[in-house]
Order: sequence, then C-alpha cells, then structure tokens
Amino acid sequence: MLDIKSLSASIDGKKILNGFNLKIKPGEVHAIMGPNGSGKSTLANVLTGKNGYEIKGQVLYQGKDLLDLPIEERAQKGLFMAFQYPLEIAGVNTNNFLKTSLNTIRKVRGQKEVDSLDFLKLVKTKTKNLKIDEKILSRQLNVGFSGGEKKKNEILQMTILEPKLAILDETDSGLDIDALRIVSDGVNALRSKERSFLIITHYQRLLDYIKPDFVHVLVDGKIAKTGCGELAVELEKVGYEKMGANK
Amino acid sequence: MKQQELEKSKEYKYGFTTDIESVRAPKGLNEEVIRFISKIKKEPEWMLSWRLKAYSRLKNVKEPNWQKPKYPKIDYQNLYYYSAPKSAQDKPKSLDEVDPKLLETYAKLGISLKEQEKLSGVAVDAVFDSVSVATTFKDKLTEKGIIFCPISEAIQKHPELVKKYIGSVIPITDHYFATLNSAVFTDGSFVYIPEGVRCPMELSTYFRINASETGQFERTLIIADKGSYVSYLEGCTAPMRDENQLHAANVELIALDDAEIKYSTIQNWYPGDENGKGGIYNFVTKRGACRGKNSKISWTQVETGSAITWKYPSCILQGDNSVGEFYSVAITNNYQKADTGTKMIHLGKNTKSKIISKGISAGHGDNTYRGLVRISSKAKNSRNYTQCDSLLMGNKCGAHTVPYIENKNSSSIIEHEATTSKINEEQLFYCNQRGLNQEEAISLIVNGFCKEVLQQLPMEFAVEAQKLVGISLEGSVG
Repeated sequence: MLDIKSLSASIDGKKILNGFNLKIKPGEVHAIMGPNGSGKSTLANVLTGKNGYEIKGQVLYQGKDLLDLPIEERAQKGLFMAFQYPLEIAGVNTNNFLKTSLNTIRKVRGQKEVDSLDFLKLVKTKTKNLKIDEKILSRQLNVGFSGGEKKKNEILQMTILEPKLAILDETDSGLDIDALRIVSDGVNALRSKERSFLIITHYQRLLDYIKPDFVHVLVDGKIAKTGCGELAVELEKVGYEKMGANK
Repeated sequence: MKQQELEKSKEYKYGFTTDIESVRAPKGLNEEVIRFISKIKKEPEWMLSWRLKAYSRLKNVKEPNWQKPKYPKIDYQNLYYYSAPKSAQDKPKSLDEVDPKLLETYAKLGISLKEQEKLSGVAVDAVFDSVSVATTFKDKLTEKGIIFCPISEAIQKHPELVKKYIGSVIPITDHYFATLNSAVFTDGSFVYIPEGVRCPMELSTYFRINASETGQFERTLIIADKGSYVSYLEGCTAPMRDENQLHAANVELIALDDAEIKYSTIQNWYPGDENGKGGIYNFVTKRGACRGKNSKISWTQVETGSAITWKYPSCILQGDNSVGEFYSVAITNNYQKADTGTKMIHLGKNTKSKIISKGISAGHGDNTYRGLVRISSKAKNSRNYTQCDSLLMGNKCGAHTVPYIENKNSSSIIEHEATTSKINEEQLFYCNQRGLNQEEAISLIVNGFCKEVLQQLPMEFAVEAQKLVGISLEGSVG
C-alpha cells in the first residue's frame, strides 16, 4: 500500500523528517507515537502533499510515486487525512461539502455521481451508525463546531469517502471519552483487508480502542523503535525519553 | 504544472460576434442623431422634446470624476448611438418572424427563445444592441393585464403610463450619464403590473451588445401598482473586442402602496482580456422609489463582467413602513475594476433597509463598495443594517469600503459591519485533500462567501449564477 524510503523533509531550512522509513501493507493499522516536534504532523502533511516542504526520498503508494502528484489526485486515489485542526469554511453547508467531495472523487474514478436524495440517505445512515447528531449536516462546515464535533465530522467524511489509506492526525487529542469511542468505532467499522490506517497520536489511550498491528516511536524525524500494541503501553509508563529522545 | 493549463483554458464563453446587417445612426452625438432615433422609433412629439431637453442640458454638465476607477476620456462624437439588425426594422409580430440569425445568437447564449416559450416559466425580452428583437409570453401576461414590452413599444401604446413615470425617479437633470441616457436611450423593457396582480412568472430581459463602436443606452421602467408583485431579472453579455464599449443604462422602479418589486441582475459583460485590454464600461443608474406605504424594492446583483462597473442601485423609501434591500456580489479579476454599492434614502416613518455586499478581488482587480444611508428627520423609527464583506485572493488586488452615513433623528438605528478576509491556504489544502482541485475549491469557498446574496436570486438563475462566480475566478490562483 505505502512504502516510504529514506524520507527527509525540511521547512524553512529546518530538518524535521530525517531518513524516515515505513512500509504499510493492505489491511494493516500502524500507529505512530512520538513527543511534540518529533515530525508526526509533518509526516502526515508530506504524505498528503501540503505545500511548503523541501522533500527528499521516495514514497510509493500502490506501487506508484506519490510525491509528484497534486494534493487532490492523492485524495482521489484514496488517500485521506483526518485533520488535527479541521478548517472552518463559512457559508459552505456541511452536507453539500461532503456530497461535492464524494462526487468529485467518484467522477474521477469513472463512477456515477450520487444524486442528492441517495446521498441524503447515505449520509443519514452513516451519521446514525456513528451516533453523530445529523444536525451538523445542515450547519456551515466546521463553523462554530466544538472540538469534538469537528473530529467526529472528520470521521464521518472518512466513512463516506471510504479511503484506501487513512491518516488520522492526532484525531484523539482533546476528545472526551464518549467522542473518543465514536471516533474509534468509526475507524474499527472501516477496518478491512484492503484498507490501511496510519494513526498519529500522543497517547496510548486511543490504542485501547483501536488495536494497531504495529506501533512506531518517532523521535527526531525517524523511527526509533517499532513494536506491537504493548509498545504503546510501555511508552506510557516510561515516557519518550527512554526511547532515544535525549532532548 | 496543471495550474498553468487551467489559466490558459479561461475563455469568455460569450465573446462571439453575430454577423448581421445592421442599420445605424450616423456617428456622433448631436440633435440630428437624437431626431433620427426618435423618428426610427416612431415616437410621439413629447418624447422627442423630452430627449432634446435632456440633450440641451447635457451640453452644460460635466462627467463625474469622483469614482475610484479612472478611465481614458470617452470620445462621445466617435460612437454610434443607434444600431439595429436590419431584419428587426419592422418589428416582428411573432417569434416565427424573427430573423433566425438572431434566434441562433440567443440560443448560443443559452436562451432558446422558441424552446423557452414552451418549456420554462420565464418571459423574456431580448434586446440586441439598440432594439428589442423578441418578447415571449406576451399573450399570457396580457390576460392578467400585465404589460411587458420593449419601452419603445410602450411609448407608442401606453404613452400615459410612460409619460407619468419616466424620469420621475431619475430626473433628466440627475447627473451626466443619466442625462446622456435620457437624450439617446434606445431600448429596454417596460413593465406594468396592475393593482392587486401577482405576476405569475419571472420577467427577464437579456441585453446583448453586438455592433462595434456602439454605445448601448438601455432604459427600463417598471411600475408595480398597488398591492402587486413582480420579480424581474436582467442578463448581459457582449463580444470580445479590444475597444472599450459603453453601456450606460437608466433603470427606474416604482412601487406603489403594498407593492413589491424584486429586481435581479446577472451582469456578465465582456470583462477585457487578462492584460486589461477591452471590455465594457458599465456605467449604470438604477433607482427605485418605494412611493407607497408598505412597499418594498429589493435589488440583487451579481456583477462578474465589465472592465469597469460603476453603479449604485438605490431605494428612495418615501412610503411609511417601506422596505429597501440591496444584495450584491461584485467580482473583479485580472484588471477589472468596480465601484458599486447603493443609496438608501429613508424619508417615510418606520422604513427599513438592508445592505449585504460581498466584494471579491483577484489578480489586479480593484473593488470598492460605496454606499450611502441617509435617514431624514421625518423618518422616525427607521432602521438600516449594512454588512460589507471583502474577500481577497493573491496580493496584487484591492478592496475598499466607503460608507456614508447620515442620521437626522434619534429614534432611528443604523448598523454597519465590515470584514476583509483572504482565501486561506489552509482552507484550500483542506478542500484539495477532499479531492477538489484548486478551481473547484475556490468556487466552493467563494460561493459560500456569497451565499447570502446568491440565495436571493430566483431559483431559475441561482445555479447559473453559482457557476458564473466560479468561472469568473478561474486562473486567479497560481
């Protein structure tokens, strides 16, 4: 699914990712943990194509070079990111945004567009399954949403777009226990043999709900340690410093 | 990269010219030309003398110069003031008699006059250069006593109405362009809705400039008698040319007791090329009088075209409890300039006005909102709410807000809110990450920004306007 080879990324001359390697196979769930400033969000941004980074190295996505593609083409090819800070867009109705997004992607893939009525049925089912109040659909995109509502909205979008590889950038931060459960249920419901996840988090807490196949510890722009679920538990006990973060 | 390809693809869809034999007045502005226009329109004597009065006044007034967008001096002697397709000389009586070339032109513009008459519920008056070439649904409207016809026809058939109301909202002495229009106006629409009648369909005029070196001087007059209602929409396009062409219109609206007029504009005149060459000078005077009590006039404008847009659709709130509204989207891309807004003149008691203005500047575009709210001493308990939002794209464009506020009594309230924002990189990234390309993302964000205005448009046109907003900004980010 994803093969990252000695990836380096700097912003304004400052090196953030430094010789990062990672392989994700279809169906796998990888968690990336690490202290503040270790490069977790940079990794997500570089993979999704955000401007402003100087990049070296190679990333293969479904066997093809990912880094040359514009942001939207990566998304159209099934790469999704749940944002750490979802953006507010005034005047744009959430339901309409979701529908536009889904239909744009479907169109590129040569699939038939979903009409308003079918979409409404789809989105209502999904909100119900995720226990999200469907009132958010008629509100302006993320405008005036609470932190929890914004994150739930990201999971709703992910559920509707059915990505091949989903990156969750600290989706758990700032969530209360109920919202955390909704987010985790959303991810777990989507887990399948074909779909992979890259979950970026500070805390082990989320991994109580979403059981990862691998846990990686990111320190100073590269993976310092890789293990299974237990690694996260251990991390929680001893802290990042013992894992090779000396600063 | 992709971006550049998109920029190249930007093309003004309506920029074609129709090759048609036309009849013109001799070039230049003088009494003979005015007599020529009046004669060819078979006008009664009073109309001609009204025109001549305006013309004699014109010699003593100067063009205004206080506006923000400056333009090279217009040589008024080097323009044609009348140009009409030869085939429209003897006014066709039905659509079947209209020159197929003209029907084809309108079909190309997306207005199939023949099909349209059968299918949609919108009556259209099609104005080509200086004449109206067709008006649909006339019979159906006549049954209700509604008059919807070219103003040149109204001058002949309904002189008492025209005489009573023309120039009553925009006097011939108003200002240079209003006076010029009064002297040389050629065609436009006339609407009269009788007492208590609710117009059963949208009325619409489609203005097309075709001939070169020709000015278009539209005159439109809409009267809503007591307790009546009408919704009217105008659309405008012109060929792509290197020269600047002048469209100087006068539009007067009159709403009597309990009447309501909703007037919408989708202005898509040729905006000039990406270097600012060519394009229409859209210098327009639009004013409505809420003459009766409880009357209402609502202006909605989507201004995407023209090299320079210079207009202030205004409301004079004479009747007690009358309401004036102004909803505007003005887009300036490349080297386009706009100086637009409104005047709300509160004269009656308990009058209300609302102004929602959305200005979008991209490229080297320059956008000015200019608006006056005046509450007179007699207009007790009146209210105004103004909201002016500007959206900037890139760092070479400009946005300016110039509000004038005068309140002469203490029982009235004026509120003014203004914001300026920039399309934010993060928002674009978010949309891109959801599969939308740059253009789609901008169109989505901008349409969200303009939503309060666009939703005021009649349903039949709202979708078209949304698309137009997106297209106008194509290639503006890169």
